[in-house]
Amino acid sequence: MTELFGVPIQALLGQLMLGLVNGSFYAILSLGLAVIFGMLNIVNFAHGALYMVGAFFAWMLLNYAGINYWAALVIAPVGVALMGVLIEKTMLQWLRQLDHLYGLLLTFGLALILEGIFREFYGSSGLPYDLPDVFKGVFDLGFMMLPKYRVWVIIMSFVLCLFTWYVIEKTKLGAYLRAGTENPQLVQAFGINVPLMVTLTYAFGVGLAGLAGVMAAPIYQVSPLMGSNIIIVVFAVVVIGGMGSILGSIVTGLALGLIEGLTKVFFAEASTTVVFVIMAIVLLLRPAGLFGREK
Amino acid sequence: MRQTVLYAGLLLALLVAPWVGYPVFLMKALCFALFASAFNLLIGFTGLLSFGHAMFFGFAAYVTGHAAKVWGLTPELAIVCGTLSATLIGVLTGWLAVRRQGIYFAMVTLALAQMIYFLCVQAPFTYAEDGIQSIPRGQLLGMIGLGDDMVMYYFVLAIFVGAFALIYRIVHSPFGQVLKSIRENETRALSLGYQVDRYKLMAFVLSATLAGLAGSTKTLALGLATLTDVGWQMSGEVVLMTLLGGMGTILGPSVGAIIIVAMQNYLADLGSWVTTIMGATFVICVLVFRRGIVGEIAHRFERKA
Repeated sequence: MTELFGVPIQALLGQLMLGLVNGSFYAILSLGLAVIFGMLNIVNFAHGALYMVGAFFAWMLLNYAGINYWAALVIAPVGVALMGVLIEKTMLQWLRQLDHLYGLLLTFGLALILEGIFREFYGSSGLPYDLPDVFKGVFDLGFMMLPKYRVWVIIMSFVLCLFTWYVIEKTKLGAYLRAGTENPQLVQAFGINVPLMVTLTYAFGVGLAGLAGVMAAPIYQVSPLMGSNIIIVVFAVVVIGGMGSILGSIVTGLALGLIEGLTKVFFAEASTTVVFVIMAIVLLLRPAGLFGREK
Repeated sequence: MRQTVLYAGLLLALLVAPWVGYPVFLMKALCFALFASAFNLLIGFTGLLSFGHAMFFGFAAYVTGHAAKVWGLTPELAIVCGTLSATLIGVLTGWLAVRRQGIYFAMVTLALAQMIYFLCVQAPFTYAEDGIQSIPRGQLLGMIGLGDDMVMYYFVLAIFVGAFALIYRIVHSPFGQVLKSIRENETRALSLGYQVDRYKLMAFVLSATLAGLAGSTKTLALGLATLTDVGWQMSGEVVLMTLLGGMGTILGPSVGAIIIVAMQNYLADLGSWVTTIMGATFVICVLVFRRGIVGEIAHRFERKA
């Protein structure tokens, strides 16, 4: 058995793979947060909770209605996005003139509501989600085993991130969006329906979170607590990367996932805190974040 | 004049309270009232939203529990140890957190608090899931036994009144005025020559210390320190108490704390619905009730006058 720094190569690669999977989720979630923050000036604390809701939608579709993973991959994010429309229309739009802090507080309240409801009905122990048959098994590369589903998650999140980046940076719609971020009054004056754009942006951002939830369902246990566990790490990722840049969020998310995986191999006790330690170091050296512009 | 009467009346009510109500509940309410008032020093008077105050409250609770149970210190020394540990964490985390403004400040404090939480999960002296239990109240100054709930109540009340007076003094001091100017317009305070970051850090450390005092006192009053005290939900609870009672009012956080503690007490049978109800309270407060209870009352009075 080959070893690297006293650790079997297989174990090392396995953890790196797992880190990349975690990093993919950090990337998708922090990307959604960045898009929402850019347009609405709200840090969406409910992001983790909506990711959890996405996972639960997939679980319910499979266990109550027999609807499989592929359909859930479409239905659940759309469901979460519709919840997003409802939230934006009934609550968030009233906060536009207020301090950013109120948006954070309101979405924190929403996160508590969702978590409380799901904990009441499903307990906090977590429910398993069966993998579709296609993804059962592994690719044998000779030097390591690649679980098929993890490969799928990584490819899928790469595509998602690239797609979002392309839409925002390279299309007309994205140009409107970026312009709306800079100066909503002016964009409105050009005859573009800014309030509608804001609603759709929020729906898209939380829809991404819902999709991440569906993808996460077969890997982690579907649990009411999965949202709050991940959102705090994602906040740290956002502080490290800064919310100014789409590409920045993606790169930071993936990199931190990998670092977390490496820490698990070499210094397991620190694997839960390493992201926060990195955040502290970044705050010391580059207070505005790696890719950040202070707003 | 009216204010003096109000405060005298409240003090009298607190002195009589344990003869009418249940002392353990009252002690818990007082500790959380102090916790929320300490938190309000930051959000209400400096304009900084910390989403990680549980780290001071919870860590101080552990240190006090450890000092009282394992080291066998007297209660006042155990509380001093806990409070100072919160000051220390406050200096370190505050030094990092004041580098970012607004929304980022909230996220930084939340993340740092989560780090402290994981440290508490792993550190041996906290006994992880079990927490430190059956912590002895001991003898005040080695003389007065605090085992009796009534005696303990007046000890807690003395701490609360002292800390509350300190907060009142801070808010109404020249230092407090500078903090308020930072809340209103940070750039202007900076251009007037105030070293804004230093003032923010001072406010942060003071708030952390008082939050630690609240956590320490709670540990002795209830006899336990657990992961609940240091988790992010606790940070959220103290935000809710302050928001509900009224941010930036002197009495608001205490009112909010009493309501939330009472709510948790009476609704405990509802299980996870309590979380949902707290979330809904948050949403309602933000949407229609941003001044909070005390803020709303004060506003009505001002309009009439």
